[in-house]
Amino acid sequence: MKPFDYTAPSTIADAVSLLSQHNGEARVLAGGTDILVQLREGLREAGIVIDVKKIAELRALDCCSTSGLTLGASTPCAEIYGNADVCTAYPALTDAARIIGGWQIQSRASIGGNLCNASPAADSIPALIALNAVALVAGPNGQREIPVADFCTAPGRNALAAGELLVCLQFPAPSAKSSSAYQRFIPRNEMDIAVVGVGSWLQLDESGQTILSARVALGAVAPTPVFAAEASDWLAGKPATEDTYRQAGELARKSASPISDMRGTAEYRVHLVGVLTQRTLAKAVQRAVAQRAAG
Amino acid sequence: MTKKVQVSATVNGETVDFLCEPWQSLLDVLREELHLTGAKEGCNNGNCGACSVLLDGAPVNSCLVLAVEAEGAEITTVEGIAQNGQLHPLQQCFLEGAALQCGICTPGFLVTAKALLDQNPNPTEEQIRFELAGNLCRCTGYDKIIKAVLAAAKNLQEAN
Repeated sequence: MKPFDYTAPSTIADAVSLLSQHNGEARVLAGGTDILVQLREGLREAGIVIDVKKIAELRALDCCSTSGLTLGASTPCAEIYGNADVCTAYPALTDAARIIGGWQIQSRASIGGNLCNASPAADSIPALIALNAVALVAGPNGQREIPVADFCTAPGRNALAAGELLVCLQFPAPSAKSSSAYQRFIPRNEMDIAVVGVGSWLQLDESGQTILSARVALGAVAPTPVFAAEASDWLAGKPATEDTYRQAGELARKSASPISDMRGTAEYRVHLVGVLTQRTLAKAVQRAVAQRAAG
Repeated sequence: MTKKVQVSATVNGETVDFLCEPWQSLLDVLREELHLTGAKEGCNNGNCGACSVLLDGAPVNSCLVLAVEAEGAEITTVEGIAQNGQLHPLQQCFLEGAALQCGICTPGFLVTAKALLDQNPNPTEEQIRFELAGNLCRCTGYDKIIKAVLAAAKNLQEAN
């Protein structure tokens, strides 16, 4: 690895000031499972690496039934799926956190890092979009919010301006009779990059028979993860049946504009979008109903 | 130019101080400075798990941890698994079940399997396969490894 300096500030203000001070030369280190590989392979360079894991706000994992979930940008995956409240309230998030790399990766890798790395195939991002998460960002001019759906701008590029730091992700409090799911297709059992990934969230009505609203998001089928707006809008008011999920899958296919590469052809990916949309909607309904029975 | 950093950590139960470059990996320091050569460099990019160690109890790829990050941490390497000259039941079962061929992946498997049994003393075969997915073996076809972990779990439970 090319030499760099290391520092581990304990406040957001110090981290932001270090980022500005080393304009363009600084790289943020959370779990390191992407950035250390990129630095070693010369894909990125750093004069200084800023370890943000000592900043309390970036290690947050506050799950509250009324105010929602605040997830620090550097909180590792294993801590997230190890939290029973998060697994119950935001299962799409924990579905994704449980399958990013193996256990060794999950002990370190953060959802904030997965988002900032902005891979089109990132497992957590469709789940974040489906769950309507908002990124809280701190910079030289104060703090601002960016909906996760707008955070990735191109492969490996994100909406952070120079000197800005992702602090945390904020998730709305779970509404009654709502749930979510994330699934991906890979040709192996574990430890692979998604050929396609789909995250779905939905809320059922009082009777549990009708979908009140839904959000479907797709990964690995465009330069950035995408919100499947047409399918999501159409689902509102539809009965919670297999036929509905299948039709939503057909509509979600229209939001996909994949390329063909070593992982799959464009045609295959579009097909997978339909299948995984159908399956994640069915899973989310199943979970919403089960939660209702338990609650 | 950058200066070497002094780091103080607990490695296999002993307090250890070392000097490292800020860009050096924990794996590099364990092997080259502390002469603990159990953790192996396989891929050096987080895919193979041959460099697995426990960092504050959690399995990590030590090639993807900076040595400076180990300040104040508790690290267990494969050298720290045997206690009082007695092999850990996992090590004993790997030996008895011939769960290794070339042996390069073995320290990583042992460390991750120990983390698994510490957390879940009675895992199913499926759980073992899932949690060991981050450790690659190119010789054995995994079957003997999984069987050795199942046997070790059984032995540990009988011992308790």
